[in-house]
Amino acid sequence: MSQEQDQVQGDAGKWRIEVDRLVCAGTGLCLGTAHGRMRLDGGRARPVEDVITPDDAVTDAAETCPMEAITVRDATTGEVLAPLR
Amino acid sequence: MTVTETAGPPKYPFGPVVRLDLHPRYAELCRNEPVSRVTMPYGGEAWLLTGYHEIKEFLADPRFSSHAATEPDTARVTPLPLRPGNLLSMDPPDHGRIRKVVAHAFRPRIVSQLADRMRDLVDSELDAMEEAGPPGDLVQRLAIPLPVRMIVELFGVPYEERAEFRRYSDVFVATSAHTKEEINEARDGLEEFLRRLIAKRRSSLSDDLVSVMIEALDAGELSEVEAVRTGIGVLMAGHETSLSMISNVCFLLLAQRELYARLCDDPELIDPALEEMLRIIPLRSVGSFPRRASEDVVIGGVTIRKGDTVIFQRAQGDRDERVFEDPDTIRFDRERNPHLGFGHGMHYCLGASLARAELRVALEGLMARFPSLRLAGTAEDVPWKPGLIARAPESLLVTW
Ligand code: HEM
Ligand code: HEM
Ligand code: SF4
Repeated sequence: MSQEQDQVQGDAGKWRIEVDRLVCAGTGLCLGTAHGRMRLDGGRARPVEDVITPDDAVTDAAETCPMEAITVRDATTGEVLAPLR
Repeated sequence: MTVTETAGPPKYPFGPVVRLDLHPRYAELCRNEPVSRVTMPYGGEAWLLTGYHEIKEFLADPRFSSHAATEPDTARVTPLPLRPGNLLSMDPPDHGRIRKVVAHAFRPRIVSQLADRMRDLVDSELDAMEEAGPPGDLVQRLAIPLPVRMIVELFGVPYEERAEFRRYSDVFVATSAHTKEEINEARDGLEEFLRRLIAKRRSSLSDDLVSVMIEALDAGELSEVEAVRTGIGVLMAGHETSLSMISNVCFLLLAQRELYARLCDDPELIDPALEEMLRIIPLRSVGSFPRRASEDVVIGGVTIRKGDTVIFQRAQGDRDERVFEDPDTIRFDRERNPHLGFGHGMHYCLGASLARAELRVALEGLMARFPSLRLAGTAEDVPWKPGLIARAPESLLVTW
């Protein structure tokens, strides 16, 4: 979904992906888990798009990241959706 | 090479494995032909990747299947292909489903708890070594007991059952010294043991791997067979690797003793030093676990056909001069060290942070207590284990 559409529809029901690039070790694990959602930039992960429509592959990536570098939040409330424990 | 040999890609491996040396052929290939053809001991021809970028691109590409590489016609170095059923021989979606479950037992908080337990063990082993006086054997004192302790703590094996667990796991991981029957018996024994452990631990769940798998079993995310196989896979993947790496790191730092001295002078260097060790040490004697292309894929400008087998020499990729300045020199001052010592992509080492913690407590323990540590003989005197899978000294006698 494009940035423009995001703005038109608002962030209701959407998720925000955050990557702590100081913590990310560049393992590339999330590129496989959340295929098409993450990319490597300068050896560290970055979301392809920050705000997305819900996709369990992204919470899975946050749950499996060995550095716990990925946080997925509800884009409106900021509530943490993953990692949970 | 003899004249009678039939034409075709060169035979792999290129020659005998010597200590931690890499055959010079790898560096030539990395420079001139980072995607090349070789003839494997079993199963015919394969592609061999030796360039950093090519290996990384390959490992990140979901079109290469690990599961397909368990087929009996897969080109490989070992007589038998890897069995299906463990993480490393799985593809999506099964791989992700199981990896997500077990990843919970490797979270940073848990790894740091495990590191404390490993530190206690290092202290008591080094007490005993100091007491007994030189020479001490770092393989017996550190490299053998430490991974065992790590694994029983990780799995949450109760204290009273550790001896039994060790009996099976010892046979199981030391493949060369045992007969096929003994290994199969140990495999059955260990499966049975894990099954019983799962049944027993239900009442006292904690943060360990077995508890995490029980929760997933109950939630229907995992079957019991999968739980048991995954447990064995983690044991296989974590034991021999860390045992060998503890020995190899100690060997390298003492064989080039100025490295050890520099670390004792400036213990802050320990993290970059360990990363450099992971980069430079070719843990796996030859090749890698194979993957097979599920469709035609272009890597480094070369078309790899559907069904073809691909292996890589990680240690050569980590000496690629396009990425690492002065690649054959051990340096603790690299600004960036994006080595592939724990792999890359989907199968990136599950135990990486635990392995790092293990190496760190071993080295910290040694440096704090034995700043004058050195090899008891010359580096050439150190005996090496035979075999084609993991490199490691057989024993490592030191004095202080
Ligand atoms: C750099 C990494 C690794 C090294 C050096 C290594 C080393 C070894 C060694 C020494 C053996 C004995 C094989 C033989 O003598 O035939 C072995 C077998 C095995 N390894 Fe690894 N290993 C590594 C990573 C892994 C990983 C990541 C896994 C799986 C998650 C794994 C799973 C196994 C299994 C299942 C076997 C037994 C094969 C069978 O019985 O079917 N290893 N490995
Ligand atoms: C210094 C020690 C270690 C080294 C150098 C190492 C290296 C590696 C490498 C290179 C891989 C990827 C193999 C491939 O893609 O072909 C791997 C995977 C793996 N490692 Fe390690 N490893 C070490 C210790 C451990 C430990 C301590 C554990 C667990 C307790 C462990 C568990 C695994 C598992 C389960 C995988 C397979 C992951 C997957 O397929 O998703 N390793 N390791
Ligand atoms: S899995 Fe985590 S550490 Fe690995 S690249 Fe993604 S964000 Fe970085």
